[in-house]
Amino acid sequence: MTRAQVLDLYFMDARCKLIELAAFLDRVDRAEGEDDFRLEGLREAMKSLSLNQPARAKSVLMALSDPTMEPLDTAPGKGACGAWPGLQK
Amino acid sequence: MRYIEPHAHMVSRTTDDYEAMRLAGCEAVCEPAFWAGFDRGSVDGFRDYFCQLTDYEPKRAAKFGLPHFSWLCINPKESEDMGLAREVLSIIPEFLQCKTVLGIGEIGLNKNTKNELVILQEHIDLAARHEQLILVHTPHLEDKFKGTKLILDVLKNDPRIQPGRVIIDHVEEHTVDMVLDSGFWAGITLYPESKATPARAIDMVERAGMRNIWLNCACDWGRSEPLAVPRTALEMRRRGHSAGAIDDLVYGNPMRFLSQNPRFQIL
Repeated sequence: MTRAQVLDLYFMDARCKLIELAAFLDRVDRAEGEDDFRLEGLREAMKSLSLNQPARAKSVLMALSDPTMEPLDTAPGKGACGAWPGLQK
Repeated sequence: MRYIEPHAHMVSRTTDDYEAMRLAGCEAVCEPAFWAGFDRGSVDGFRDYFCQLTDYEPKRAAKFGLPHFSWLCINPKESEDMGLAREVLSIIPEFLQCKTVLGIGEIGLNKNTKNELVILQEHIDLAARHEQLILVHTPHLEDKFKGTKLILDVLKNDPRIQPGRVIIDHVEEHTVDMVLDSGFWAGITLYPESKATPARAIDMVERAGMRNIWLNCACDWGRSEPLAVPRTALEMRRRGHSAGAIDDLVYGNPMRFLSQNPRFQIL
């Protein structure tokens, strides 16, 4: 596909998702209390959007991933939340 | 259009879903053993589940003219209890002779723990001893990258394992290359929120090539879409992919992998 064709197919969808993300961040700002590592991970991942190469999706996923390689002694639970808790500052 | 759904948890779905899949062109559905949403309390719970997968569910699918196949294991979410896991491993050979069982799966990791790794190795050993195909589940979200690397290390360390007989499922942009570069098959799972969307799945296929990749919906009791594969095929058409290329991806590729088990006969 040409870039124009990609834009024709996906621009409105991307625009919608970008506004949803912006509105989500506004919603978090308006809310009271502390945020956590998930927001830290999201902010770190958003830096990937400024990359000048087509590896942004991979970069976002890596920013939210556990980068360690040592197996855990025990499972902290069954679920995953989408961001690595080790990102907590 | 025709397609094979190589990964769907139909025990969690209604018969309406079977009908919709059949109407959309599905020619076979394959169901790996998975977590029921709760931990089963005994090996007998798994025996009942394996009977459901190998006896009842094929009959339910057959009502819609849909061949149904299954994979057996104890999933990684229940592998932390190694005593129970080993009891379940001990009964799996009873079911490997069932005419619709394709192999061992979906095994893998969930939270990347030491116990999960031990049970993964024991599943791989079981598959190797019984010359079974392997279907691997990779962890969710933040645990996927680490888990995929650990899984690949375990598989590569067993000289009996032929990568072409193993599919590593739920790959995303950060794991697809390491899977394919190691000679394994890669599965892309289409989910509304987690895993991949149709657009991202096609992006991965366009970049990595169509060889040794299948698409699946992995529909279960959570947010998931039984028709995600045909929807992705339509998205490919919107991008200008040929009907032949789409057929090769959604029908030919799963057929090639699954036919390594001669039981996979759907014609």
